[in-house]
Parts: sequence; C-alpha cells; structure tokens
Amino acid sequence: MAVDKNMNVLIVDDYNTMLRIIGNLLKQLGFNNVDEATDGQAAFEKVKNKQYGLIISDWNMEPMTGLDLLKAIRGSDAPYKNTPFIMVTAESKTENVVMAKQAGVNNYIVKPFNAETLKTKIEAVLGSFN
Amino acid sequence: MSEQQKTYQREQVVEIINSVVSKIESVGGDATATGIFKELKTLQRIIEEARNEIGLTRPGDIKDKHIPTATDELDAVVEATAEATGTIMDCCDVIQEKADAVGGEEGAAIGGEIIKIYEACSFQDITGQRITKVVTTLKAIEDKVSQLVQVLGDNLPLKDHGEEDENAGKTVEEMLLNGPQMPDKAITQEDIDKLLEDF
Repeated sequence: MAVDKNMNVLIVDDYNTMLRIIGNLLKQLGFNNVDEATDGQAAFEKVKNKQYGLIISDWNMEPMTGLDLLKAIRGSDAPYKNTPFIMVTAESKTENVVMAKQAGVNNYIVKPFNAETLKTKIEAVLGSFN
Repeated sequence: MSEQQKTYQREQVVEIINSVVSKIESVGGDATATGIFKELKTLQRIIEEARNEIGLTRPGDIKDKHIPTATDELDAVVEATAEATGTIMDCCDVIQEKADAVGGEEGAAIGGEIIKIYEACSFQDITGQRITKVVTTLKAIEDKVSQLVQVLGDNLPLKDHGEEDENAGKTVEEMLLNGPQMPDKAITQEDIDKLLEDF
C-alpha cells in the first residue's frame, strides 16, 4: 500500500526546534498538510476536530504528555481511535517502549534521529512511499 | 569536614546516647547523676561542633546564591542555543529556496546537505532536556538545604562569619575572569565602544 502524501499529519512537541525539524523532514518526504501542537492537550483538541492520517508526537510534555495523548486517543470510541501514532522521544529505556506499545503506539523513534529513520518508520506504519 | 570524620562523629554520638540510655535505665545501680551529666555535656559539645561545621559551609548561600545562579546560567544556555538553532534553521530555509530555484543535481545535493543540518539541529532539544534534568536536581538540592537551614534555624552561626570573600586567594587577573554575563548584567557593545571612546 502506498502512502497518501496528501493526508493530514499532526506533529506534537513542546520544543519549537523539533517541530521545525520534523515539519521540514516531512516536507522533504512530500507531506504538505502538516499541523503542529505544543502539548498533548492542544493536540487532542486538534484530533477531535480534524481527521489525521498520522500523528508524530514527543513523550515528555506538559501538562499532557505524549503517552497520555496516545491513551486518550486509543481509549475513545471516536473515529480517530485508530489513528496511526509514532512516538518520537528522548525517553529510551526499555520500559518506556514497552509502556508505549501497551498503550497502542505504532512505532517508536528515539531522538536524535535522521530523515532516513523517520522515513523508514513512517513506511513501516503507513506503507511504502513508492 | 571529611566523610571519615562525619562517620566517626555519628558513631560517637550513637555510642554516647546508648551509654546515657543504659545509665538512666540502671539508675539505682552504679550510675550517678554526675555520670549522666558528663555524657550529656559530651553529646552537647559534639552536636555544637557539627552545627558549627554546617554553619561554615554557609548553607544559606548555597540556597540563596549559588544554586539560583547555576540555574539561571543553565536557563541562559537553553535560551541561547534555542535562538541560535532558530537562526540556523532560518538560514537553511533560505538556502533551500535558492536550491529549489537552482534545481537539478546541484539543487538536490544542496537540499541533501540542508537535511543533514536540520537533523543536527535536534541537539538543541536533547541538550535542553538534559539541562532541564540538571536544573531539577539542583532545585532538589536547594530544597534539602532549605530544610537543613530551617531545622537548624537560629542556632546556625551564619551571622558570625560575615560575607564570604569569593575572591580570596585570586590574583587581580583571575578576579576579572567571570565568563559570559547574564543579559541583564552584561554591558552592550555600544557601552563598550563608548567606554573606549572616553579613554
């Protein structure tokens, strides 16, 4: 299955630098409909009001973390319940990955990462870019 | 006070307390009020010495000066790196536009290098998170020192030691080396130029 690059993508991070980095890398990969949020709560509001094909979120944010955002999405009965979710975080302990997986994450990227890693993980979740 | 001395004194205090307790328990035997008094005086002296040692470390300064300064400096590092990273990425955006205009192999090559710069800029996020962890640790130490000061309260001999001389033992040149200043304390290049003109 080929990736639909016209899909809406939501990136969530409390560091403006990371939003710009991920946004730019997504642009290089051909995604043009990219929204941003700076914490889980703001992201959840966007998810409730717009259909996203992919969410790429940091973990460590306040007041609502990326894990809480993931749980809120997976725990709902709304159409967005199964939105593909990639966690991009500096939290690199095994227990973090296990917890995120148990909460329903589709993939997990440890910071710092490169464009190739991002592309590979998106393909693993959504399908081939070609 | 060295770690060895601390351990020794702690053991000594426990030993004396045990001795006092055992003598009190055996009152009526060979223990006398004078014996108990002597033990208590020794205990009092040791506690007083420990209190003086703590006072000499100036825990108030740690709480009020050293830790706040350290956290301010670290916050300034985060702020400065964020600003610099933003500038680098702004430049990348401009170069990318130029690369798109060039197009072809050259344009693609420049675009590839720009991606690498973007990837490298993620250092700011990582260092920011690491520094935040250090600041949290410093604040935890600050809280513990605050508790210590509160427990010892007025018995801490802070007032007797006057102001700590930070420059003690430094040469005049060494005293001039203070590193980068916080923005609110630094003088501007304009100030420096004006100062030089006045010479």
